[in-house]
Parts: sequence; C-alpha cells; structure tokens
Amino acid sequence: MSDIAAQKKPNVALNWIIRNPIWVFVAIIFIFFSFASEYFFDAQNMKNLLVQTSTIGLIALGMTLVMINGNIDLSVGATLALAASLAVSIMGWPMFDSWGNWQMLPAVAAGLLSGIVLGAVNGFIVWKTGVDAFIVTLGAMLGVRGLVFVYTEEQSFYAANFAYSDFGSSSIGPVPTLALLFILCAVAAHILLSRTVHGRNTYAVGGNREAAVNAGIRVGPNMVINFMIVGFFAALAGITLSTQMGASTPNLGRDYELWTITAVVLGGTKLTGGAGNIIGTFGGVLAIGILRNGMNLMQVPAFYVLVILGVILIAVLYLDKQLNRKGEEELRL
Amino acid sequence: MSISNPTLQLVGIVKTFPGVRALDDVNFDVQPGEVHALLGENGAGKSTLMKVLAGMYQPDGGKIVIDGSPVVMRTPLEAKQSGVILIHQELSLAEEMTVAENVFLGELPKKRFGLVDWKTLHQRVYVILNKLNCDFEPTTPVDSLSIAKKQMVEIARALTHDAKVVIFDEPTASLTDQEKVVLFDVIRDLQADGVGIVYISHRMEEIFHLSNRISVLRDGTYRGTLMTAETNEDEVTQLMIGRSLSYERLHEHVETGDVALSVENLSCGKLYQDVSFEVRTGEVVGFYGLVGAGRTEIAETLFGLRKPTSGQIHLQGKAVDINSPVEAIQFGLSLVPENRKEQGLVLAMSCRDNMTLPQIDALTTGPFVSGTEELKIYNTYHDQLEIKTPSWRQPVQNLSGGNQQKIVIGKWLGMHPKVLIVDEPTRGIDVGSKSEIHNLLRKLAKSGYAVVVISSEMPEVLHVSDRIVAMYNGRVMREFTSDEVTEDNLIQAISGLSDNNLKVA
Repeated sequence: MSDIAAQKKPNVALNWIIRNPIWVFVAIIFIFFSFASEYFFDAQNMKNLLVQTSTIGLIALGMTLVMINGNIDLSVGATLALAASLAVSIMGWPMFDSWGNWQMLPAVAAGLLSGIVLGAVNGFIVWKTGVDAFIVTLGAMLGVRGLVFVYTEEQSFYAANFAYSDFGSSSIGPVPTLALLFILCAVAAHILLSRTVHGRNTYAVGGNREAAVNAGIRVGPNMVINFMIVGFFAALAGITLSTQMGASTPNLGRDYELWTITAVVLGGTKLTGGAGNIIGTFGGVLAIGILRNGMNLMQVPAFYVLVILGVILIAVLYLDKQLNRKGEEELRL
Repeated sequence: MSISNPTLQLVGIVKTFPGVRALDDVNFDVQPGEVHALLGENGAGKSTLMKVLAGMYQPDGGKIVIDGSPVVMRTPLEAKQSGVILIHQELSLAEEMTVAENVFLGELPKKRFGLVDWKTLHQRVYVILNKLNCDFEPTTPVDSLSIAKKQMVEIARALTHDAKVVIFDEPTASLTDQEKVVLFDVIRDLQADGVGIVYISHRMEEIFHLSNRISVLRDGTYRGTLMTAETNEDEVTQLMIGRSLSYERLHEHVETGDVALSVENLSCGKLYQDVSFEVRTGEVVGFYGLVGAGRTEIAETLFGLRKPTSGQIHLQGKAVDINSPVEAIQFGLSLVPENRKEQGLVLAMSCRDNMTLPQIDALTTGPFVSGTEELKIYNTYHDQLEIKTPSWRQPVQNLSGGNQQKIVIGKWLGMHPKVLIVDEPTRGIDVGSKSEIHNLLRKLAKSGYAVVVISSEMPEVLHVSDRIVAMYNGRVMREFTSDEVTEDNLIQAISGLSDNNLKVA
C-alpha cells in the first residue's frame, strides 16, 4: 500500500482534534441544530443554553479533577441540594433581617462551606480507610440526601431576598452572569490543572499512584484537596441553580452526578484516571447542553432525548477509543 | 533419541514491540516425548516466545506448525484447542473456586438447562488428580493449597485437553526440593505419554537433569540447539551470554569517601533479619541473592515504605528514622524501583514531567509550575544520561526500556541525593542499553554518590560492584570485596548451603 508510506506526521491541529474529538462533535451538532431549528441559532437561546449548562458545567470542573485523580464523586447531586437548601433558608433567618442584601453573604458562605466540608469528609474517608471512592461517595450520596430531607423537613424554601433571584437572571453586558461565572471558573480550573504543582500531582496520582508515592508526592492530601474542590463546585452549582429558581427543593440535583460524569467522560477524561483536561470537559458539557436544548426546540419528547443521549455517549466513547488507538500508532512510527 | 516428525515447529518467528525487536527469526521445535529446554538470560525473549506459542501474542512474521500443518492461534483458547498448553510462572487460578472448577474452568460439563454436571466433573477431576498423585480432593478450595499444589492444579488443567505440547515456564521458582521431585515425576509421566515438553528455566542443573535438547536465545535471536548428552554447562553458558565466563569488571580501585549510609542489625519481621552493612560515597555496593532473599524489602525499608521491627539506620553518621518516601527524599535517599512501569513512571506523562515529578514544588514562579525551569532540568539530564527520545513531550510509554530507566534515574539525580538505591537496574532492557546503564552507575559513584545496586543477574553484580553483599532467605550470608569474589563462592553464599542440593534420583 503506497498510502502507508505516504503518511506524514499529523499536524498540530489534527493532533488536537484526535485528542479532543468532542469539539468536532460539538461543532457538528451546533451546525446541525442551527439548520434544523429556526429558534436554535438565536442570541436569547444561546444565553439560555449557557445558563442551562452552567450548573452541570460547574460540577463537571471539579469532577474532572477528582476523576483524573483516579477517584469519583457520586455525592455531588446531594451536596448541591444541601448547599442550596442551606443558602436559601439561612437567608431568611430572622437574625439577618436587618442586614439588607448582606443577608445573602452568610447564606452563600454557609452553602459553599457545607460543600467544602462534605468534600473534605469524603476525601479523608477515601484516604484513611482505603475504601474505593465509588463506595464512599455512594454512601455519601444516600446519606447527604437524607440530611437534606432532615434539615428541610421535606419542605421547599423560597428566597427571602429578591436580589438573590435577580442575580440568577442578571447579565453583565450581553453575557448572563451565571454563564460568565461558569466560564471564569473553567479558566481557573484549567489553570489550576495545567499550570500548578497541585494539578501536576493530580495527574501523577491518577496515572500511577505507586510511582507518585515513590516520587514523594503526598497522595492523601492531594486527593482530599480535589474532593474539597468538587464539593465547592457542587455547592456553587447549588447556589447558582437556586438563584435561577429563587427557591430550593430537597430533591434538587437528583441524577446530576450521572449527568456530570457523562459530560466529563464525553470530554475525554478516563475513568481510570491520569488523563483528561478541562477543555475536553467544557466540550462535553456543551455537547450535552446543545443536544438537550436543540432536541427540546425540535420538540423531541423528553424520554427520547434520554435514549438518544445514552446512545451518543457510547458512540462517542467508541469513536474516541478508535481515534486514540490510531493516534498512538502514529506516534510510535 | 530418534528424530521423528516434530509435534510443534516454529519457523522464523518475528515479534516487535515499539523500540524493541523482541524476537528475530527464531526457530524452535518439539518432538513428541522429549523435554526441550529453552534457555536465555533475562530479556532474551523466552517469555515472548512462549506467549506467541500460547496464543497471547501474534507473531509479526514466521509460522507455527503443529503436526505438519500451519496454524494461527489468535487466543489462548485456540492454542489450547491446538494442544499447546502453557503452565504459567505466575499461576492463573481462580483462588476462590474449587480445584475441580479450576481444572475445567470455561469448559464445565453441563446437564440439561445449562446446569453444571457436578458428578461428572468431580469424577473426571478425581481421575486426573489420581494420575498426578495429588493428595487433595476435587472439592478443595484452591486458596487453601500450597504453591506446589496449585501448580499441580494447573497441570491437571493441561491434562483435560489432548495436550500435545506442555510449556513449563520457570516451574521450580518457588518449590521446595521435595516438591521438585514430585514435579519432575509428573513431567516424566507426560513425556512417557508422548507429550512434548518445553522447559524454561535458569537453573542449569535442572536442565541437564531433565532435558533431551537445549535451545538458546540471546537478545531475541536464536543461537542454536544442543543435544544435552553431548554438551556441558560451559558450552551452554557461552551460547547464552555470548562471551566466556570471565567478566570484565568495570571498577577500578576508587577513592571512597565517608560512610554515607550504614545499617545496623536491621530486621523486618520475617522478611529479613539482622542485616548490617555500610555504603561509602564513591562506591557501588551490590546486593545479590535469589528472588525472595529480602533485598528489595531492605531497599523499601530504607526508602520509608516499610517499617523495620528493629535495628538502626545512620545517614552520614546520624541516626535517622524514616517513615515515608517524603522523609527518605529529604534525607537524601532515592530509590529506582524494580518495576519501573508500575512503581517508577507515570506512563502517560511526558518525559519532562516524569523527570521533574519529585521536585516540581521547587520549580515554580509564583503559583505556577515554570515550564522553562522544568525544561532546564530535563535538558541537563537528557544530555548527561544520553536519553534518546524525539522530544520532551513524548509520553514515556513510547520509550524503550533503557531510556525509560534513564528517565527514572534522571528524576532522582535532579534531587541531588547522597545515596542512590537502584533495584534491578537493567531488568527488561536490551544488551546495548544495559552496558550504558552499568557505565552510568559507575560514573555516578565516581562523581560522589553512594550507590546501592540490587540485582538478580550475577554478571551485572560482578560487573558494577566494588563490594557485594550476598543474601539468602532474609539474611546477609557474606560480604565480598571485588578481589575475593568468584562466581563459585558467590553462588554458594546465596544458595545458603555449600553443595547444590538437587541430586534427584
């Protein structure tokens, strides 16, 4: 075969695409829906899309770190609900009545803190007991959801301060505040992962834990910090989601762990750890957002949307496997 | 013996891996009813050849002929169905299941509705176990058996099929002398039934005791076949290592400095006891012994991965307590572990990132890792160690074994350690790179490191060490200077007894 001999080294752009096939997919579905639905390519819809994706997106940023680390966190949905319930209810406590808009400060702080603390607890249990993160956070997922019901007494809360829900629908210039927040957080997470010592160690621990120990990396603290980060992002997502609704319900964030993991995996992060990046995760989040938004506009019934998403998840990962196998062979030449 | 038609024939087998030609035009055949020994140093390609035979690897060239007709074996099951059965060095049994279930694993006899026919199963296994003179029942759980008995279960598995060729890969590595006698009887019975045996081992006396013919591999190439009755150990060894037995020794008499590391009466439970030695700056101290002699465990203790039960460690005259690798590194110790892929490298990471892994804390500007600082370090050791790679961006998994090892060594040199412990420095590395690594270790000692080399390869230990500590069964048997050491006294020291105790009837 002459074309084998004629094969040249793939250029940088092609290499990038092979490593991040999800962005090709995002481009394809973006163009598809732009033609398929007259409502899709529209400034207002684009804003909606970004706000809709920001919730899963924020959690996915943290989940990317935890999964590169070789762990997983199934408790993010429950953490989201707890943070949202705390924030919305504390805002209404009588002791903060005289604080005006400042009453949101202790509320949001408490919500974020709850996420960080839950993450730390997850991380410590994984570190100290050596029980698999899947099991530990599965337990946390059930337990924390239980706590949410205990705390809320199965009630929904409504935000006492209208500024809270105004924030959720506000814009800075043409960009919705929540979308901007997500993008800023994504940039921060990208820098953390790609440029800092913590980020490098995160890859090393997930790539080969034994080698990381032998290189003198403190594996336990590294994992705990990543669990705290995902806890923080889950709580932040809970708060942004409750600002959109002006309320919180104890069932908030159900199945979000699954959507998040789907987005992260679509973005090329390996379940086994050691590989992945925020750019891919961003693509994964957008892919899910565009598919849901686009099919919704085309009035595809909701249940079919789930079926299609499931099929696409498996198809994209199969494609990724094929592409990366080829990519590896090319590198070896 | 008469040369009849071979049961199994390998013609011109080629197998390549990235960066390594593991097998190059290898020929090999087995006659029915013979024991054909396969010899070669570590990394000579024996295991690769066996994996090709057992259907685990596909050869890139050449053909496999069974009973006169060429076959392609794509999976271990197809190999099994063709009558080729591999008894693994590391046994591959389902520990939680019974002997009978393991023997017929994947092929359990069935009744109607797919139910397991336990009665037939146990009867058939019982017959096989009897034939092998096993004293355990088909219903015994495998995890309650000793290693030797587990091996018998593996062999029983081979007998369920119409085995034409049975391959034994280092079968006696973890057997006692009595267990060996039983194994050899079984091998002779198989032989008498007309089964062809491939016997892979390092142990010369076993090979001369059992085999009819001996074939030798070196650096992935076929070096020839000898009739056992017409040859001797010297001839085989020459064929194996490609040179006479007198090793050129690399060390000149060096100026040694102060004692960098001294260990007194160090013990760790049953792993090793009462170990004492010293290492000075400027010298290489070799640790030699059989697998399981406790050498690696000592290295792990020094590196803070194990807690000693008693004894003292001194670094530069000061008593120290090392509780973790983090502390060990701070004390100026570093360890190049025995399995570089599992313990030394993050395979998906780039060369540069692996190299700077232990020290990136120090390579920052503000909160960020400084790529230029990293590259500076990488370039220093890339040049010093002559690492061959197209770019620093290359994931280390694409490098050859020798270059991977250099990355691990470079990783530690960047930390400027005082003591460098290298466990199996050249395992799985081709011969050319081996001598490079050896020269490198000498050079490092000369430039002021105290180097400890742990190795299972005698030529290597003799080659690089100024002094050699011989270990057997968790104890230091003797310490040699390079002047007093010979192969004979070294072998005696590491086998624990003076005579070779394998005179089997």
